[in-house]
Amino acid sequence: MAKIALKVNGKTQNVDAEPDTPLLYVLRDKLELHGPKFGCGLGQCGACTVMLDGVATRSCVMPVSKVGNRSVVTLEGLGSSQKPHPVQQAFIEEQAAQCGYCVNGMVMTTAAFLAKNKNPSDADIKRALAGNLCRCGTHVRIVRAVKRAAKLMA
Amino acid sequence: MDRRDFLKQGGALIVSFSFAGAMTEAIGATNATPGKSMNKADVDAWLAVGKDGTITVYSGKVDLGTGTRTALAQMVAEELDVPFAKIDMVMGDTATTIDQGQTAGSLTIPVGGGQLRQAAATARKAMLEQASKQLGAAPADLVVQDGVVQVKGGAGKRVSYAELVGGGRLDMKVDPKAPLKKPSEHKIVGKSVPRVDIPGKVTGEHTYIHDFRVPGMLHARVVRPTAVGATLQSYDEGSVRDIPGFVKVVRKQDFLAVVAKDEWAAIKAARKLKVQWSQWQGLPDEKRVYEEWRKLPVAQNQTPMKTGDVQQALGRAPKKVKATYEFAIHSHASMGPACAVADFRDGRCTIWSPSQATHSLQSEVASVLGVAKDKVRLMYVDGSGCYGRNGHEDCTADAALVSMLAGAPVRVQWMREDEHGWDPKSPPTVVDLEGGLDGKGNVTAWRSEFFIAHRVGTLDDFPLLAATLSGVPRKGYYTGNLENNAEPPYSFPNALTEVHRVNNNGLRTAHLRTPGRMQNTFANESFIDELAVAAGADPLHFRLGYLQDPRGQTALATVARMAGWESRPSPNPDAGKGDVARGRGMAYVKYNNKITYVGLVAEVEVNRRTGKIRVTDVWCSHDCGQVINPDGAINQIEGGIVQTVSRTLMEEVKFDRSRVTSVDWNSYPILRFPDVPNVHVELINRPDQTPWGAGEMSATVVPAAISNAVYDAIGVRMRSVPFTPEKVLAQLRAQKQTQRA
Repeated sequence: MAKIALKVNGKTQNVDAEPDTPLLYVLRDKLELHGPKFGCGLGQCGACTVMLDGVATRSCVMPVSKVGNRSVVTLEGLGSSQKPHPVQQAFIEEQAAQCGYCVNGMVMTTAAFLAKNKNPSDADIKRALAGNLCRCGTHVRIVRAVKRAAKLMA
Repeated sequence: MDRRDFLKQGGALIVSFSFAGAMTEAIGATNATPGKSMNKADVDAWLAVGKDGTITVYSGKVDLGTGTRTALAQMVAEELDVPFAKIDMVMGDTATTIDQGQTAGSLTIPVGGGQLRQAAATARKAMLEQASKQLGAAPADLVVQDGVVQVKGGAGKRVSYAELVGGGRLDMKVDPKAPLKKPSEHKIVGKSVPRVDIPGKVTGEHTYIHDFRVPGMLHARVVRPTAVGATLQSYDEGSVRDIPGFVKVVRKQDFLAVVAKDEWAAIKAARKLKVQWSQWQGLPDEKRVYEEWRKLPVAQNQTPMKTGDVQQALGRAPKKVKATYEFAIHSHASMGPACAVADFRDGRCTIWSPSQATHSLQSEVASVLGVAKDKVRLMYVDGSGCYGRNGHEDCTADAALVSMLAGAPVRVQWMREDEHGWDPKSPPTVVDLEGGLDGKGNVTAWRSEFFIAHRVGTLDDFPLLAATLSGVPRKGYYTGNLENNAEPPYSFPNALTEVHRVNNNGLRTAHLRTPGRMQNTFANESFIDELAVAAGADPLHFRLGYLQDPRGQTALATVARMAGWESRPSPNPDAGKGDVARGRGMAYVKYNNKITYVGLVAEVEVNRRTGKIRVTDVWCSHDCGQVINPDGAINQIEGGIVQTVSRTLMEEVKFDRSRVTSVDWNSYPILRFPDVPNVHVELINRPDQTPWGAGEMSATVVPAAISNAVYDAIGVRMRSVPFTPEKVLAQLRAQKQTQRA
């Protein structure tokens, strides 16, 4: 086990973990941050997405030792049900979830995307989310939620 | 605001969902009346009124991400006249909820909700009678608002439900005649109440089974055989002892798992463990799956439709059409691999499970553990979406068995290859159809022959992996009611539908969204289009000629209006001359030929050069009777459509003679955002009718509508799901050859 310092949601946290442990398990099991989800462990589906220095990143294939001093933001770091981030607010208003297992990746990818794209078209949004999978078929609502979020953030 | 409470009850944590109050972890505080009835004839089996007026609802049906937690709460709040926020839902706990059957078949609202409604109506009537004594007025002269009873029009005395029974038992039998509120009086039912779980889900506050922990819990991974029927010959625990956090290997016959203190150690140990499995190559040849399927021994023949004399009518028909339809094996392919937590101690097992069938699993799991059913308690905790029986049930039994073998509470998390590789699949389907037309283009004969999987035994016989691997034989073969919708929804003078139930020799199966109805409707609704083409008729008018059901006619007329349906035969004369051709197609279903009506129109673009089909727009009219939550219903309808576009265009389980080989999202791709169509839904609300389900119905009609649209665009008929570019190109080549000949 190694002692590793992580900057997570604005706080520095010290964890004991094997250096090759994917960041996902450190967040979920050691820091009890359940926003990021285990979907595939292969970087294919997007359910585990977190932000590293503002970049949407697949935490299931990111060894914790490689995070370094980059700032990690999880779904919990964006906002809460009492004080949601505009993207979370938009997803609630559009009721853009069914089982909701993929929604962490949708919200995190959207937040990173909208930080750089203020007024995206439907096609831009679909391209931005092309790497995120949803099995319940909530896509049409998610696209609406992203558009709403863009308006809320304008 | 939403709140998840972990309630300590009967020595176990139960997860209930409270819509009122602050975010607190209330341990030991519960509205559940100790010793509540577990007899479904009793009102207090379903409902409890807390001292603060909170209503606790005990539902055997669960919320698989479909919004039923919200919709059922609406139904109870409406019938009791209490604010929606006063309802707490306990779902799928075998110790406190009634077995209402699996959460399947889109039956949660009509059956599950129906039972709760009647219990609530009975409770309301009884509380009004009690209030009438206290207030000195006849029950008919009383009104209830927000759980407070008072005399109509008067500003006099009032008494609340909480004061009447708060904390006590609703000690009465459910009265099947207790009057339900008139739909015209509904204030909560029929409204798009926002789902109670969504704020937690988009902020990471919601507790999924994957997030659930108990003290002293270890992490386990099951080590799967290298072939479906392989047996375990040996393993070497020494190969993984050096992994920090590794605890032990557990084994029972061919069931093998590793247990560790943390998740990563369990994953590494499962990957690194040296194991010797036997060779096994018993699966059928994937390339010949349909050919072999129709030759399998027939266990049962069914004749769901027989009218007139088909043989004679076909013999006399001047025009005949014949076709065979095939539908591939599909996986649930849930986003989150299954997960469950189990604690076996002192001969009892407590399990937290995302199963759609916690009640049924009590005995399914008990026999794996070799204990009596009443020693197993399951508590439902939300999982990743399942669309029938996916890996949840197997993983639940895995967790129970590992906990027993390891002597500790454990969490079993399936990996991606477990879910794709080992979830029970939907079986393949083959359908032969033949139709006859007279000189005027009227259908005189319809003959259909279905080759579909035979169902053996009940869920108690379901071959859970933990059962068969650990040496507990399970002879069952589960499929769902695959024969439904085999008979066409139309009236023809001569019709014969025969169903052959074949003994499957391939992959383990279970019910996957719209089991059978989707495959059967694909064949029927594509073939009626083929007959319309043969008759040179518009597909809408052609259907209406044989459809007597007025609600069905309305569904079709509605979707035609929505889509701007132009009356003309297929193919489309304006499909486009370049690479991309455009077309439109229609399909219709009355689910099980009994309930919910759906009309659907799909528009597609087909690239003649690449063979790629893009579904651009889908219009859906949907009549499921009384709508409880319009936005919730639309969410389900949209989901059914998008998921089935994926299944129709892309999905097919791949396997070799030993095992499934499509075990991740690259080898089992699903639809991505850029290919998702625009979806337009219109509900045909009938508040005076029974509320029917909406989870599966829109999915039923998608494959046929797309097949018909592709024909409209390029004049070739896609009769084998999935409609891959290779299959489209092969059909186009065949078309060219026919044109040359």
